[in-house]
Amino acid sequence: MSRETMLNAIRRGLKRGPLPEDQQMGLRARLAGHPRHLIPARSRVSRPEQIALFIRNVEKEFGSVARVADLAAIPASVAGYLAAQNLPTDFAMAPHPELAAIPWDTSPLLRQRIGRAESTDLVSLQHGYAAIAETGTLMLPAAPERPTTLNLLSDTFLVVLRASRIVGAYEEAWDLLRAESQDARSGGFMPRNVMLVTGPSRSADIESTLELGAHGPRRLHVLLVEDDPTAIG
Amino acid sequence: MQVNSPNFKANVTHALADARLQKALDFTRPSFAGRRSAAVANLPEFEQLRDIGRDIKNHTLANLDFYLETWAANVERAGGQVHWCSTADEARAAVLKICLDAGARTVTKGKSMISEELGINEHLEKHGIAPVETDLGEYILQIRNEGPSHIIAPAFHLNREDWEESFRKVHTDLPADRVFHERRDILTEARTRLREKFLAADVGITGANFLIAETGSSVIVTNEGNGDLTQTLPKVHIALASIEKVVPTLEDATSLLRLLARSATGQDFSVYTTFSTGGRRPGDLDGPEEYHVVLIDNGRSNMLGTEFQEMLRCIRCAACMNHCPVYFTVGGHSYGWVYPGPMGSVLTPSLIGIDQAGHLPNASTFCGKCESVCPVKIPLPKLMRHWREREFERHLSPQGMRSNLAIWAWFAKRPQLYRLATFLAASLLGWLGRKTGRLASLPFAEGWTEGRDLPTPEGDTFFARYAKAQREGKI
Repeated sequence: MSRETMLNAIRRGLKRGPLPEDQQMGLRARLAGHPRHLIPARSRVSRPEQIALFIRNVEKEFGSVARVADLAAIPASVAGYLAAQNLPTDFAMAPHPELAAIPWDTSPLLRQRIGRAESTDLVSLQHGYAAIAETGTLMLPAAPERPTTLNLLSDTFLVVLRASRIVGAYEEAWDLLRAESQDARSGGFMPRNVMLVTGPSRSADIESTLELGAHGPRRLHVLLVEDDPTAIG
Repeated sequence: MQVNSPNFKANVTHALADARLQKALDFTRPSFAGRRSAAVANLPEFEQLRDIGRDIKNHTLANLDFYLETWAANVERAGGQVHWCSTADEARAAVLKICLDAGARTVTKGKSMISEELGINEHLEKHGIAPVETDLGEYILQIRNEGPSHIIAPAFHLNREDWEESFRKVHTDLPADRVFHERRDILTEARTRLREKFLAADVGITGANFLIAETGSSVIVTNEGNGDLTQTLPKVHIALASIEKVVPTLEDATSLLRLLARSATGQDFSVYTTFSTGGRRPGDLDGPEEYHVVLIDNGRSNMLGTEFQEMLRCIRCAACMNHCPVYFTVGGHSYGWVYPGPMGSVLTPSLIGIDQAGHLPNASTFCGKCESVCPVKIPLPKLMRHWREREFERHLSPQGMRSNLAIWAWFAKRPQLYRLATFLAASLLGWLGRKTGRLASLPFAEGWTEGRDLPTPEGDTFFARYAKAQREGKI
């Protein structure tokens, strides 16, 4: 009942009844076409510059980036980072095939636990779906192979991202999802949860002064795999 | 939340004398405005985006019924449930029922202004369910039993000593003589304490910055990550959203998000911008099993079709209060309800009545700064003026103000007399202040001159100058 009451109250306010069919068709066409609005010029640059912009923005937001030549170079890079930060060498890792394909046995000190994160995990490693150069933002859609808790529960959050998955603006990242994602039940493309992550967790609630590591990770470190031949600057 | 807006004047007197509050206000004021202007300077297209933001919201409001129906159908398609609630009572009952059905004992909460508006915490407590605020600012306010004083920085009126004092009082299992060397130590203690709460909670309640019709999603924006933990860990997620939060598409939401963080905290983008669509899917290793949206009207549809419809564009960034000289003099609590500052002075009378909130639209110098920084270009001073008119029409304004206005109107309707009176007043005041150009006190206006001097008129009245300029052909 409340639904009709609320819709009628809205229509009364707008001084009309339900929208006529032709107008509804126009609105449906707008939804189907989902037109883009103005996209800031800052990300409309060459590929090497887009990747440089992404890195600059991650660092501006207190994250860090390590550029690695290929997937095979990741274990050594992770081991080096964890040692430099004086962190333990075991971590929770997303059950993603791309991460499983990494030759982890080349760094025998590293120990992965595959699955979601638990509250006791100090370090987690996630698969980066895409990233947005405009603001240095990672796009992390939830999926069985990309659990959300990995983004949140650890102290140190590592993300493996292929350089070819860096786009300029958010709109381009939405189009990747539209093209590549499909939910069997609803028929829609939107995953259960899509996190756009820009830097490590922070708060300025105590005397308006910024502190990192509020409830989520204190450190965000991106392992950027140079897989984009057009991006070698 | 308890309405304390009719006591605005007494609240202000109290706030002006509160040295701790004034210290916090003085400390914060420059940084709020400075961060926004730096972020805006870094995005040359910001002004165009403001027009786009305004147009997206206007388009959505004009077709609000259509977009809400589309959104609700898509929520259901993704396995979520929508609870349509006209009133605060219905919304409280809906939230309670979901919590009881889930057998909830504790509920974690992300920061939500609509939750404050509805008084969700009090309602849950009354029925034996313990709500835990997890935003750092809201957490300490819950400990201190205070309301928020700002819509995005709810506890900025507190100083470090207040935090330490409150934590010592409630975290009694920790050593009483522990030292907080830095702000970080306070943060770490809260993080540890709240982590236990996140893991134990049966239900997580968040607000929503946007609803997206195209996908049936709700969006939250946070920096701490508490909202994400709230909606990811418990088995039930409830998002509270008012009807004007809906936008048509992801592209529309994206354009508004480019405005939101820059206007709010001066960040290019908040740390966590998260889109939720339905509950856990087959194969998922985490996430809530149930996803509910409690959709709330609570007075907003009454604003449609009136001059206050424009207020429904508000995206709750707080830029208006961050730039308001009145807000930074009296603090947020003086306003007496959930929404302070210029946006509150327009919204509060719409939601609780001008008879309760009449002081608020009068608490403005009409300097216009709020409108000039509003990301969706809400004409806040104009809307406050509309409220003043309505208050006057309904004979709600104080007798003193009405009789003074009546005296002024009597003169204004008699131009000859008006000009003579203003000429005499301008000459007299000008003569009195001939040495310094200002008066330190004025009979009948001691209250006003107590805090500042009155600049005295120099030379002729406006009418005389205008007539002279016309004679000289300058106008």
